Amino acid sequence: MIRFDAVSKKYPNGTTAVDEVTVELAEGAITILVGPSGCGKTTTLRMINRMVEPTAGTVSLRGRDIREVDAPELRRGIGYVIQHAGLFPHRTVLDNIATVPLLLGWGRKKARARAAELLELVGLPAEMAKRYPNQLSGGQQQRVGVARALGADPPVLLMDEPFSAVDPIVRAELQTEFARLQKELHKTIVFVTHDIDEAIRLGDRIAVFRDGGRLAQFDTPERLLSHPADDFVAGFVGQDRGIRRLSFVQAAGLPLRDGPVLPVTSPVTAARALDEPWVLVVDDARRPLGWTPVADLPESGTLADAALVPLGHTFSLVGDSARAALDSALLSPARLAVGVDADGAVVGVADAYELTAGAAPARRTDAAGSTVAADSAGGDR
Amino acid sequence: MSDGEPLVRWQWIADHGAELADYTALHLRLGLLPVLFGLLVSVPLGILCHRRRRLYPPVLTVANILYSIPSLALFMVFVRYTGLTEQTVMIPLTLYTLSVLVPNVVDGLASVPEPVRLAATAMGFGTVRRVLQVELPIAVPVVIAGVRVAAVSSISLVAVGQLIGQGGLGYYITRGLQLDFPTPIVTAIVLIMLLALATDALLVLAQRLLTPWSRNRVTTA
Amino acid sequence: MNDFLNQIRLVADWLTSSAQWHGDEGIPARLLEHLTYSGLSLLCAALIGLSAGLLVGHTGRGAFAVASVANLARAIPTFGLVVLVVTLAGLSTAPVLVALVALAVPPILINTFEGVRGVDPATRDAARGVGMTEWEVLVKVEVPMALPLILLGLRVAAIQVVATATVAAYPGLGGLGRFIVDGLARNDYELVIGGSAVVVALALVVQAAFTALGRAVVSPGLRVSAPKS
Repeated sequence: MIRFDAVSKKYPNGTTAVDEVTVELAEGAITILVGPSGCGKTTTLRMINRMVEPTAGTVSLRGRDIREVDAPELRRGIGYVIQHAGLFPHRTVLDNIATVPLLLGWGRKKARARAAELLELVGLPAEMAKRYPNQLSGGQQQRVGVARALGADPPVLLMDEPFSAVDPIVRAELQTEFARLQKELHKTIVFVTHDIDEAIRLGDRIAVFRDGGRLAQFDTPERLLSHPADDFVAGFVGQDRGIRRLSFVQAAGLPLRDGPVLPVTSPVTAARALDEPWVLVVDDARRPLGWTPVADLPESGTLADAALVPLGHTFSLVGDSARAALDSALLSPARLAVGVDADGAVVGVADAYELTAGAAPARRTDAAGSTVAADSAGGDR
Repeated sequence: MSDGEPLVRWQWIADHGAELADYTALHLRLGLLPVLFGLLVSVPLGILCHRRRRLYPPVLTVANILYSIPSLALFMVFVRYTGLTEQTVMIPLTLYTLSVLVPNVVDGLASVPEPVRLAATAMGFGTVRRVLQVELPIAVPVVIAGVRVAAVSSISLVAVGQLIGQGGLGYYITRGLQLDFPTPIVTAIVLIMLLALATDALLVLAQRLLTPWSRNRVTTA
Repeated sequence: MNDFLNQIRLVADWLTSSAQWHGDEGIPARLLEHLTYSGLSLLCAALIGLSAGLLVGHTGRGAFAVASVANLARAIPTFGLVVLVVTLAGLSTAPVLVALVALAVPPILINTFEGVRGVDPATRDAARGVGMTEWEVLVKVEVPMALPLILLGLRVAAIQVVATATVAAYPGLGGLGRFIVDGLARNDYELVIGGSAVVVALALVVQAAFTALGRAVVSPGLRVSAPKS
């Protein structure tokens, strides 16, 4: 779809922004360019719509060298979203979104109708149409920015740190919206960020850049976390990459054991007999009710008389990730994660150690296992 | 102008050295005192407008309207009361400076970063002390940018006062016309421009000395 | 206060006497002269100042020269310049008009330049990014966003031209300044104050016209700034 062939960008003062990058970005997928500031990720992005011209190599879009296309014409076919949105303050929200259709000569009426459609698509109420950018919050402006980029329904979308200027809560919201939108639209998206969490959350493929504009690794998020190509990538993805990797492991495959689980009708003596500090009390459909500390149980009677401590979280074996399971273990008073099935019935429990051991990737024994070439990246996401 | 008359007769300048110096001093006084008076009015007025935001638009409108009135007409309005005196020239020039100085005081105060204002309040500055010791000093670069514009315009406008006999170096402009002799006119124009540019340069210097913390920042009007 | 009312009465008397409304030396003729001088020179100055300001602002080349010209121009005594032009070229309209144009170009030039240069680089980047040609970036983004400053430049230039055209009566030109200059020469205070009143009125009309123009052509999006978060 988008192909970089030995592309470099060197400036007259001798600095190299991008150094011999060769990479092919898949159609219909989100490719994230990530790296420390000044690593050439934004320059790489801007070479796709000729905002920056490479000094060597070629960039091609659907097999065509982009230098053959007139720059403004090329750009009208590529959506472009930037940090702070870059909206036109003198135009209403609707007219901002209609910019590209108008440039393409659609006519005012058709362009506005399309803009109204997009306003809804990005989750903004219709009454925002007549407002001006200055009257919107940062998050709303960013949504308008995305809508404007989608104006002429371009197959390719370039996004340069689109969500980094808003606060974390709004950012999370925008990321969720964005992921939903992509499920609907299947655009080819190139997305620049310096935030590795955002990269892992949104990317189908991630290109990690290092200083000097060199590509350090190009891989799926999962492989990036489990098999960083070198110390730089390992350092960049962070100390907690082990935990983050768990997001990509399905909870369904985790090893669970029966654990101290008793129905509410059981006598307290049965609970004592288990010889465990905590017992999970379940109803007759095996749905969890709460944990009870064995030491505080009454002398006699059933578990219905026991004081229950709230569960914390349970995790579902259908849909949740191993990371949710680990979370559940850490937040539980008994330090045990409770796995439930689709009906909410308890399947089994596991502690944090058991969970992480069970989620560990199959160990590679081959010597070259740590280097992962771009095209050998596994995982069909 | 008779043919063959040069634009400048250097001998005339040499002959009138002392007199030119006197008129230059007079011109400087007529041009700069209004800026000083304008500043004395604009700073409190600007602080007031900054604190009571609703006052600002009407004040600005009045200042802009005053500025739009041609100097010759405004001089005439005051001639009735102050006669053909220096005040008649300086009062309108003072009024003109307001349209530049008031907005710059307000903008300067608005340029004080909110955290600085909050920090000052949190440290226990009262309103008056905060304005005088924290906000005004921070506003100085923007205020001086306004003073530069006001001073340069004021100095070049003084000459019109010659039509009521109080124009400083403007004297040589009317004199030249009466004698059909360009040398005094050219001399007056050049001296007035030099005065204006020298004043401008001194103000830039003053700003550097007053606000050593902003030395690397560019501040133009 | 009494005297102020007296002045008003004086002005009213002068304005209502029929002699002021007829002939080559009446108010309509003088006003027409004044408007012709001012309008012509403002038009020429706008053509020069706008095109140069847009060019320098868009390309960023020549910024230092523009700033220097503006600074220098502000220091020129307009009165002196007009008198010098008349002394050198004789009493005719064209040279004075050239002087008026020269005085009106710098404020238009500097404000147009500042307006275009002041456009947020991110906005300009976005404009190119969505596929605007350089011309479209200028016309659809930079000019509308610079409009408040462009109008300010035109307003300052207009005020300057109207004021200088008044002073131009001194070396012998027509226009509304004639009343004042002649009144001063003849010690006719009624003429002086009456003429001043007409000049003030014209200045107010110019000021009001630009305010109205600003309301009409500047996008409300550039005025509102109540970001809610």
